[in-house]
Amino acid sequence: MIRLTNWWDQWRTARKTPRSRLDRAPSKFRLNAFPWGSVMLASMATLLPVIASAPVMPPIGFMLLLAWHMLRPGTWPVWAGLPLGLFDDLFSGQPFGSAMALYSLALLLLEVADKRFMWRDFWQDWILASLFIGGFLLGGLAIANWAADNAHAIVLLPQFILSVSLYPVIVRVVSWLDRKRLYR
Amino acid sequence: MAPPSKRRPGFSRKAQYQIFTGYLLAFFTVLAGLALVVIAAADPRGFAVLRSGANEVTAPVGHGFASLRVGVHNIGKSVSAYFFAASQNAELQEEAKKNRIALIEARALKQENKRLKRLLGLVEQDGKTVVAARLIGSTSASTRRIAILGAGSRQGVRAGQPVRASNGLIGRVLDTSLNTSRVLLITDPDNVVPVRRARDGLVAFAEGRSDGLIDIRLINIGVNPFKPGDVMLTSGSGGLYAPNIPVAIIERKTTDGAVARILADPAATDFVVVQSIYQPEIATRIEAEDAENANLDNESEAEAAKRAKAETPQ
Repeated sequence: MIRLTNWWDQWRTARKTPRSRLDRAPSKFRLNAFPWGSVMLASMATLLPVIASAPVMPPIGFMLLLAWHMLRPGTWPVWAGLPLGLFDDLFSGQPFGSAMALYSLALLLLEVADKRFMWRDFWQDWILASLFIGGFLLGGLAIANWAADNAHAIVLLPQFILSVSLYPVIVRVVSWLDRKRLYR
Repeated sequence: MAPPSKRRPGFSRKAQYQIFTGYLLAFFTVLAGLALVVIAAADPRGFAVLRSGANEVTAPVGHGFASLRVGVHNIGKSVSAYFFAASQNAELQEEAKKNRIALIEARALKQENKRLKRLLGLVEQDGKTVVAARLIGSTSASTRRIAILGAGSRQGVRAGQPVRASNGLIGRVLDTSLNTSRVLLITDPDNVVPVRRARDGLVAFAEGRSDGLIDIRLINIGVNPFKPGDVMLTSGSGGLYAPNIPVAIIERKTTDGAVARILADPAATDFVVVQSIYQPEIATRIEAEDAENANLDNESEAEAAKRAKAETPQ
């Protein structure tokens, strides 16, 4: 609530004073809206006109979450899995609560991974992201199988390969969004 | 770049508490998520309100995309059809000639079938069409195979009703909201359909594998009688699905059954039909049936009906 009133004050003062040409900074709202909004929008990717009889669509919401973290560590508060996972659960078709648990677990594990690697490069990020994507898909399968078992893990292989090869593209998209986000 | 250290923000108590609460909330969310999964497993319709709300809001997007999807799916077919038009035309005309004869025979068989059923005192209750609608989305990222249908309780759709396309079974309605409903596809591992082989009526179960194929499981375990190319139809036993809806075609044998490809690809179908739940009944309405048939059928049939009526215990 306090945060919200801060934004409001900021906006009001910004309205009153003419925009200065020095010392500009993007608004707090813009800084936050880009990562949160993009992940939520990507969670709605299941609305795309793909009626698949096999799981093929990469978990784009989760991949954006990873990419934002890899590009800008500290984007996500550790509790970000609660709202983002809840939103993803509305559209994913997985048993309700599955994305909530997996997103939060991933963010906690990412913190641990950050402690391990002080310096990082693109390849290392990609491998780490692949591990996380694999874990996310397997976790989702385990949770779905808990409700109704039968699906084999091999079913996930095409989806996994597609997701891992799509990851660099997602990183490019996120870095583009990041440029827009920080534009002054 | 090196990540900023978030754990030690300095000596501010407030900042330290905020971080602590954040971690607490994250751990709690993991547990709460798993708890929700357990609740959802016990009561699969528990969170239907939230989900169907989201579906209602986003339904217009799906409707807009639906026609595009089928269009894109058919581009390849249209192109190849153009190249093979002449030879295909000749083939098809030949086939049509054969089919016309087969159709006449089938019509005769259908009539005979009807008469025999009446002799047995059975009235067939075909799945009546509730509504025709478009599939407007699906859970393409999850191993659960659920599609969103662009018609809901306002159009008369109820949970449990079978959904079919012109060329085969699609699935059954899981839950409904006002204008959308969720359809459990037959490729979902949770969906079990009683089927029989079209050729000889061999009974089996079809169970989804969530990769576009379905497992056909025999009820009588023994010699595996399946052959690639066998067509499986719904048997109608146990109710729910009306009999004789095409389901799948056998692709290969396994040790305890077969793996089959579904006949109605949900991605390629434009409109699907929701049918009323099939309930086989012993005829009590045979009189009505008689009155209907008396004026159009021949003498022997009417006699058969009378005999059936006499035999049916009231």
